[in-house]
Amino acid sequence: MPADSLTVADGSPDAHLQAVRHLIARHKTLDWLFGLLGVAALMFAMLVFAMLFGQMLVNGFPHLSWDFFTSFPSRRAASAGILSAWVGTILVMLVTAVVAVPLGVGAGIYLEEYAPKNLLTDIIEINVTNLAGVPSIIYGLLALALFVYQFGLGQSIAAAGLTLALLILPVVIVATREAIRTIPQQIREGAYACGATKWQVVAHHIVPYSLPGIMTGVIIGLARAIGETAPIITIGALTFIAFLPPSPFGNPGHLISFDWLTAPFTVMPIQMFNWISRPEAAFQANAAAAGLVLVVMTLSMNAIAIWIRYHFRKRIKW
Amino acid sequence: MNQMLPKAAVLAMTLLAALSFAASASAAPAVVKIDGSSTVFPITEAVAEEFQKAKRGAVNVTVGISGTGGGFKKFCRGETDVANASRPILKKEMDDCAKAGIRYYEMPIAYDALTVMVNPQNAFIKSMSVAELKKIWEPGAQGKINSWKDVNPAWPDQKIKLYGAGSDSGTFDYFTEAIVGKAKSSRGDYTASEDDNVLVQGISGDKGALGYFGFAYYIENQKKLKAVAIDGGKGPVAPTPENVDNGSYQPLSRPIFIYVSEKSLEKPEVKEFVEFYMKSAAPLVKEVKYIPLPAKAYTGNLEHLAKKKLGTVFGGQNEVGLTIEQLMKREAQL
Repeated sequence: MPADSLTVADGSPDAHLQAVRHLIARHKTLDWLFGLLGVAALMFAMLVFAMLFGQMLVNGFPHLSWDFFTSFPSRRAASAGILSAWVGTILVMLVTAVVAVPLGVGAGIYLEEYAPKNLLTDIIEINVTNLAGVPSIIYGLLALALFVYQFGLGQSIAAAGLTLALLILPVVIVATREAIRTIPQQIREGAYACGATKWQVVAHHIVPYSLPGIMTGVIIGLARAIGETAPIITIGALTFIAFLPPSPFGNPGHLISFDWLTAPFTVMPIQMFNWISRPEAAFQANAAAAGLVLVVMTLSMNAIAIWIRYHFRKRIKW
Repeated sequence: MNQMLPKAAVLAMTLLAALSFAASASAAPAVVKIDGSSTVFPITEAVAEEFQKAKRGAVNVTVGISGTGGGFKKFCRGETDVANASRPILKKEMDDCAKAGIRYYEMPIAYDALTVMVNPQNAFIKSMSVAELKKIWEPGAQGKINSWKDVNPAWPDQKIKLYGAGSDSGTFDYFTEAIVGKAKSSRGDYTASEDDNVLVQGISGDKGALGYFGFAYYIENQKKLKAVAIDGGKGPVAPTPENVDNGSYQPLSRPIFIYVSEKSLEKPEVKEFVEFYMKSAAPLVKEVKYIPLPAKAYTGNLEHLAKKKLGTVFGGQNEVGLTIEQLMKREAQL
């Protein structure tokens, strides 16, 4: 701001200084107010989470015991546990990861490294991005028609795992692409200059370097899938299961058995949902305890993702 | 790390292939599959729990909740062995089953008392007649009946807040049929929830509230709610197990059922489960706060099984105001 334009207002330089000071003070106040607003917004979000978590802790923590993890659900709140639920959740997550990771990473690599830039690729890209925003119940309906009936998988761990794999596929694809994009172009050019084929560039450089980013994406995707209830209910996960799927090991004749894939199952969110809707108040505490376990599962998965990113990034030196 | 990568890819591919193979080739252990009404769920769950304990894990029982209608859909496709039902099988469901060649045994297992409740601070309501309830709940009441005074001039001019079952539940079907006279015919401006705990919270927190749901939820929340005696024409009758037993709590007493597929009964584990169900039902029904049938009802169910008396005694229609005695007589005619 030119000095003389301000002096015109009053004439005296003193008053001019006063005006500038006033202006700065006003802007500083606004600055401070905005900062306060930001902190308030943050505190609001944190407080709501802290309250929910605190309430769950108070109600649920006294219920957490070894027995709670090793008991099947029961009509008696005191002896009811989450054994079938957490085993079901882990097995479903296993199927989800085994399916979603190769498909998602493969698709991501193709789109970044191989796909020609044309209309088809653009359409695929838009679709992948949009898929990430589709409500999860839609995946449930699709899976009900496709996996449960068309493929005849029934209400099984395999069907649930495939459903959740579809759900997190866009997340994995997007994470893979983001991770690949952070690799400097010089790395590729250097490798090509040494005579590497495209496959060698991808296998020896692109994938290893983008691995931390990919793994972070996968774990965040799985952390989302672990809490999903709607698609699992849609494909017909069961409410009362007081047995475990057949063990993958120790069956006669087979080294590893895959019978557990077709077994009926239940998962943590469904067990919680069932307990919440019970008339007896004691089951509400059970639900809180199960919720606590679920939140801890999710948070620790996120923590692992952060650790992997930090740990692997440190090792990569370009 | 670079060398490992192709190996990891190969491993993933192999797992994927194994996965798709495993899905087609299954040798599952003996499983009894049950699905259906959430009202019947606590009873079947209790029986399933005890049965699995008694069998020491030799037989697995799964119980799902997809509503009476949803349960029949799966049952008539042959996906489940037993259907939990809070009302008799309807004509359309009978047709579906017939088309798929599914024949079934109908087994009443307990009674439920639909309970009408008000806030405990409500001092002026002790009993209500069916006509008064109809005046409140019929579709025409929407927008017209807003305060208790609109129902009965003797009651104060206090805003009436309504809570009831969601329109997908068997409870809604039964209540509307028993009170309004036509299934699914109800005013729409009330708080509807499939989760009865939401209704408990609502009624206990609202002085002018009125709502209805199954007896078990009332018993567990007696301190927060006040049950209304129902006058079905012969004076007010409170919802108690005794009054359901002697047939006086009408028209809101209702029988609940399981339906067992004839084909599934060829499997020894299903037959054993159903026999166990009938033998152990009475104390378990009581434990989960429903009203057990007389012992002869359960033996009667097993007799039907032995004499191959298939089908339903309701002819594809829901029926209100059936007492336990009348139900027994009717089942005996099969």
